[in-house]
Amino acid sequence: MDTAHINPLENEAIYIFREVAAQFERPVLLFSGGKDSITLVRLAQKAFWPAKIPFPLMHIDTGHNFPETIEFRDRLVKELGLELIVRNVQDSIDQGKVKEESGRYSSRNSLQTTTLLDAIEEFKFDACIGGARRDEEKARAKERIFSVRDDFGQWDEKNQRPELFDMLNGQIELGQNVRVFPISNWTELDVWSYIEKENIEIPSIYFAHKRKVFLRDGLIWSHSDYVYQEEDEEVLERMVRFRTVGDMSCTAAVFSEAKDIASVVQEIRESTISERGARIDDKRSEAAMEKRKQQGYF
Amino acid sequence: MEVLKIATAGSVDDGKSTLIGRILYDTKSLTTDKLEAIEKTSKKNGYDYLDFSLATDGLVAEREQGITIDVAHIYFSTANKSYIIADTPGHVEYTRNMVTGASTSQAAIILIDARKGVIEQTNRHFFINNLLRIKDVVVAINKMDLVDYSEERYNEIKADFEQLMDKREYRDQKITFIPVSALKGDNVVNISERTPWYSGTTLLEHFETLDRKDIFNVGTPRFPVQYVIRPKTDAHHDFRGFAGKVYGGELSVGDEVVALPSQTRSKIKDIYFHDKKYQTAARRSSVTITLEDEINLSRGDMLVKVNDLPTIEKRFTATVSWMDSQQLTVGNKYIIQHGVNKVLAKIDKVHHKIEPDYSGVDTEVDSLGMNDIAEVSFQLNKPIYYDKFKDHRTNGSFILIDPNSNSTVGAGFIS
Ligand SMILES: Nc1nc2c(ncn2[C@@H]2O[C@H](COP(=O)(O)OP(=O)(O)O)[C@@H](O)[C@H]2O)c(=O)[nH]1
Repeated sequence: MDTAHINPLENEAIYIFREVAAQFERPVLLFSGGKDSITLVRLAQKAFWPAKIPFPLMHIDTGHNFPETIEFRDRLVKELGLELIVRNVQDSIDQGKVKEESGRYSSRNSLQTTTLLDAIEEFKFDACIGGARRDEEKARAKERIFSVRDDFGQWDEKNQRPELFDMLNGQIELGQNVRVFPISNWTELDVWSYIEKENIEIPSIYFAHKRKVFLRDGLIWSHSDYVYQEEDEEVLERMVRFRTVGDMSCTAAVFSEAKDIASVVQEIRESTISERGARIDDKRSEAAMEKRKQQGYF
Repeated sequence: MEVLKIATAGSVDDGKSTLIGRILYDTKSLTTDKLEAIEKTSKKNGYDYLDFSLATDGLVAEREQGITIDVAHIYFSTANKSYIIADTPGHVEYTRNMVTGASTSQAAIILIDARKGVIEQTNRHFFINNLLRIKDVVVAINKMDLVDYSEERYNEIKADFEQLMDKREYRDQKITFIPVSALKGDNVVNISERTPWYSGTTLLEHFETLDRKDIFNVGTPRFPVQYVIRPKTDAHHDFRGFAGKVYGGELSVGDEVVALPSQTRSKIKDIYFHDKKYQTAARRSSVTITLEDEINLSRGDMLVKVNDLPTIEKRFTATVSWMDSQQLTVGNKYIIQHGVNKVLAKIDKVHHKIEPDYSGVDTEVDSLGMNDIAEVSFQLNKPIYYDKFKDHRTNGSFILIDPNSNSTVGAGFIS
């Protein structure tokens, strides 16, 4: 092994995972079934081998996920012998804690916050590991690797701890928790290249497939019971793939013929539309992400 | 795969955001939707040029105030390297942010407005980059378009800056001057025809051709134990692996090592990265090491080579950069996090405050406020195993944590 051939981003992520295991009592890895959280699982495996990953995964399920993602999630957890916790947005709705949105741009994405905060309290998690990257969105660019949240899950962007050298300060008070971002410094292309190099299996919807879709605002939406659609919005059948997977109502597809990882990487390399361009909820407002983050969104 | 992290320094309006935006634009790193947003906002604000600074300005509060607040990270890559730019702003909390940004960077850009030349802020930018021992510094003399691309003006500024260089402590720092116009794109990514008198590289070319040995200080290997891996499964019943990152140099199988603080000797048996064994562990690799002998090590302990012991002491003096609104005062107690090791520390003495501008003004003080830099003596409850910062960037630095607020309140560089 020599310095010229190691991947500094991978080594940094492994270091961060080990800091989490050492500094916190009840960490959890927030798992969405998307490529970023699948990459996190691989990095965590590497960090602790030959021991098992010393914390559970948790999925905040909107109930509107792509079925492919859920199947994939359950298989991965079984194969790796991991513990999975699932908490449902539907339950928060049924308990009257949040109200389902309606209309053209309705989505359950922002409702996840309440379910997540409740779960953190239920399990007394002190560190929640997530796959957010600083290159995704401008407001994320300032996110720390260890980001302290108060009792209400809120992020105070003006009062963040400085992070110097490799040193991560995870000291918190009871009731506070830390959001941890091991792949902060990765770009979308870094993640895809890593998936290719490591031969990591990802859900099929990341590859080109035939799907019933409709077009709105220059984005490609899935035709599904979960997605609001006007009568005059015509259903088409097209070859598409997804660049991110979240709630069906807020994840747009791209036209693509890339059926394997190598062609996906190639397409990403050549692409000039940022990944977040395919997130419908961000289009609603430029400052959308920042607002949601202050309220405790992941 | 190579990743180069670059810290930027400049006063407000010197053109830092414009320069970063220009780099992104000329390397085709701006995505269509970002470019559209820039065009839209530039037009809305009534500009007749593209305001690239919009490519980097982040949070809503900042947009309202029109300034950048904290350290923001910007990413782009070439076929050759991945780049991370740590953008630090130019107002009051500056020293703190700049020290933070510089601590994780291997290179730095200091921006100078060609009309203003070297100003007091420039001294500070250079002082901090030199204090943090950043190996490669580019002095970008910006807004050359506003001084008619004058060679004379460029040489004047260069000469002024060279006077500062005579005062620097860290002499091995490599310093390169480049005349640029961030707005017009001269010598940023593309070489300019308007500076025929300039024979050097463009800003990007400079970083593209940097070699690893130009940016990393190689020292002695240090292996702080982060986490102990004991799977206790049938397949790995007796496995006791010490997980950590290797700093300063390499470690190899068979190396004779000493464990600190116990001073027990052993030999490296195996080096694992994930499930594969390697003969050597590269600098900055996150590996798991097993030893020939059964030694009890825990987090915060350190493995070093037998002939390369660090200093093991309960007292030391360090240059401290203070980052909190609560003052540091003699007698106060803090937690020192030195790598992954934590100890309790008491402030013995504040020697003098250093004006980070080469003015040579040292003030006698016994407390420090936000953004102050000073020589401070510490007394610890347990010894730590350190090197001087000038010999080892990682093992010579620490952070200070306030035990009441849990905040990171300062950083120290051991003298
Ligand atoms: N003429 C000229 N103007 C520039 C140049 N670089 C930046 N500016 C302008 O200087 C002002 C401040 O630039 P900005 O990038 O926001 O500065 P920052 O505060 O350092 O980020 C803006 O009006 C820019 O358009 C340059 O190279 N030439």
